[in-house]
Amino acid sequence: MNALKHTWTLTKIRIRLAMRNRAFFFFSLAMPLIFLVGAVVFFGRHTEWVGYILGAMLTTTVMGSFWGLSVQLVTFREQGILRRFRLPPVGAGPMLASSILSNYFMALPVVVIEILVCRWVLHMQSWGNLWAIFVLVTIGSATFSSLGLIVASVTNTMQETQMINNLIWMAFLFLSGATIPLAIFPQWMQRVALFIPAQYLATGLESAATKASTPYEVLEDFLALALGFWVAFEVSRQLFRWEPEAKLPRRAKLWVLAALVPFLLFGTWESVWGTRLNRVNTNYQTLRMTPSGARQSPADK
Amino acid sequence: MGEPIIQVDDLYKSYGAVEAVRGVSFAVAEGEVFGLLGPNGAGKTSCVEILEGLRTPDRGKVRVCGLDPETSGDQFKEKIGAVLQSTALPDKLRVKEAIELFAKFYRKRANTDELLRRFQLDEKRDAFYSHLSGGQKQRLALAMALVNDPEVVFLDEPTAGLDPQVRREIYDIIEELKRGKKTVLLTTHYIEEAERLCDRVAIVDHGRVIAEGTPRELKQKSAGTTRIEVRLARPLSDGMLGRLDGVASSREFEGMYVLHSARPPQTIVALVKQLEAENNELQSLEMFSPSLEDVFIELTGRRLRE
Repeated sequence: MNALKHTWTLTKIRIRLAMRNRAFFFFSLAMPLIFLVGAVVFFGRHTEWVGYILGAMLTTTVMGSFWGLSVQLVTFREQGILRRFRLPPVGAGPMLASSILSNYFMALPVVVIEILVCRWVLHMQSWGNLWAIFVLVTIGSATFSSLGLIVASVTNTMQETQMINNLIWMAFLFLSGATIPLAIFPQWMQRVALFIPAQYLATGLESAATKASTPYEVLEDFLALALGFWVAFEVSRQLFRWEPEAKLPRRAKLWVLAALVPFLLFGTWESVWGTRLNRVNTNYQTLRMTPSGARQSPADK
Repeated sequence: MGEPIIQVDDLYKSYGAVEAVRGVSFAVAEGEVFGLLGPNGAGKTSCVEILEGLRTPDRGKVRVCGLDPETSGDQFKEKIGAVLQSTALPDKLRVKEAIELFAKFYRKRANTDELLRRFQLDEKRDAFYSHLSGGQKQRLALAMALVNDPEVVFLDEPTAGLDPQVRREIYDIIEELKRGKKTVLLTTHYIEEAERLCDRVAIVDHGRVIAEGTPRELKQKSAGTTRIEVRLARPLSDGMLGRLDGVASSREFEGMYVLHSARPPQTIVALVKQLEAENNELQSLEMFSPSLEDVFIELTGRRLRE
């Protein structure tokens, strides 16, 4: 009970602190909207593609929690802020859970704005399935936040954090289908993408936005992300360090591999029995064959 | 002393090859202000952070309020308050928010407005942490250490790096705690702080307690001698100072000679005569009544801030 109360207390103060930070407004609110404006310029009146773009935009917004949280946690540790929170009866659980929750609550308005802009300004043909979008945004935010917390726990300095973040972020961005449609990649790269957590978020959101897939229809994406969240949160709790000088033993870094297990399992299953790649390719081809898409798809531009 | 509220027995702590704490033992009675006095790197912070439950000892037994800090969890944390040596708060956290936030983590809570008034932070209640001066930050740290009305307060170098006026303000606050019969464990390398604030002091050097007692008891150990510090134009011949009238001991620190004398007037007359005979010049001479610094010099052969 106390843990829940402390989590909520910390969540509220974290949101308040973020609202006082100009960098937060730029990276979390302005940047996604700048990308949306870019999309307007890029796609013009191809309204059939807007749902597809919305899926990609939402994926990028949700994945952003990965960057924000790892950087914040390492900064707090380096500045000795975390060690002050170690004195009162607050455990690692509420500290980490509050990071995830505050991040989620701050991402929600951006998600809503993106959906509204796509529907009202870019004339998206339908609302998609908002319930499925909400479910995936929620679990996706939790999963990527937890992955960010793991990075923060295994890195000792801000430099290390940014280096590792960049490497992982690139893989998330380009192999998820959120920036470049996965369907235009060679077959072997598509197979590699099946093992990337971001793939499940991108495919699920794309499906919910373009085909109005129900939560049941994106159940596999949800399960992959939910299992990924559960394992990643537990690993981040195990690896959490309050003190800047508390170095992580090398073997503890093996814990990180545990966080990848859910996606290795789902990736293997998809590679052997799944139809995900077929669906991704079919969806993309269908869009290309639409009247405006047939003239010129965004990827062909 | 009745049942001690803090009990430390044969405590050891190493960081790799560095032995920070080497068999430290002491006890603190309820309502007492106890000081760990020693130079930087003596092992004071390691000791106090073990007592706060922030570090794990390699060996030894520690009890605070009858609890083991390492294993007693929240029950222990409810009973203590602390000012850490190296810590901070988020830049954009306001003073009042910081106190309220930390108060919410405890079952027993002090009144926020009263703490703000008591620590002269009332006017700064809406200021961001990053806009506070060093002294204000330290007053806030002290206020936060008391948000749960703790039984024991740990203050790790609470005045380090502060200017003399702010330091005196902090002394007033600690004296108020003393009047309120709070148990305080204070670490410091300031002699004045230990002498003014502490009921009892343990002098710590190289991870060991080398002397313990009330400031008065400890000062009596320097045999009632007066410290005379002199600077000369040229170095003196070996052992000359030790042979002067009344001198109990003499040492040289960075070109300055420190004498402990039981009869200062006679010693000074003898010194001047000797300097005339050697055609040497006296550049400066200062006299100090016995202090804990003298005890430290006698026990270690070094000055406290070397």
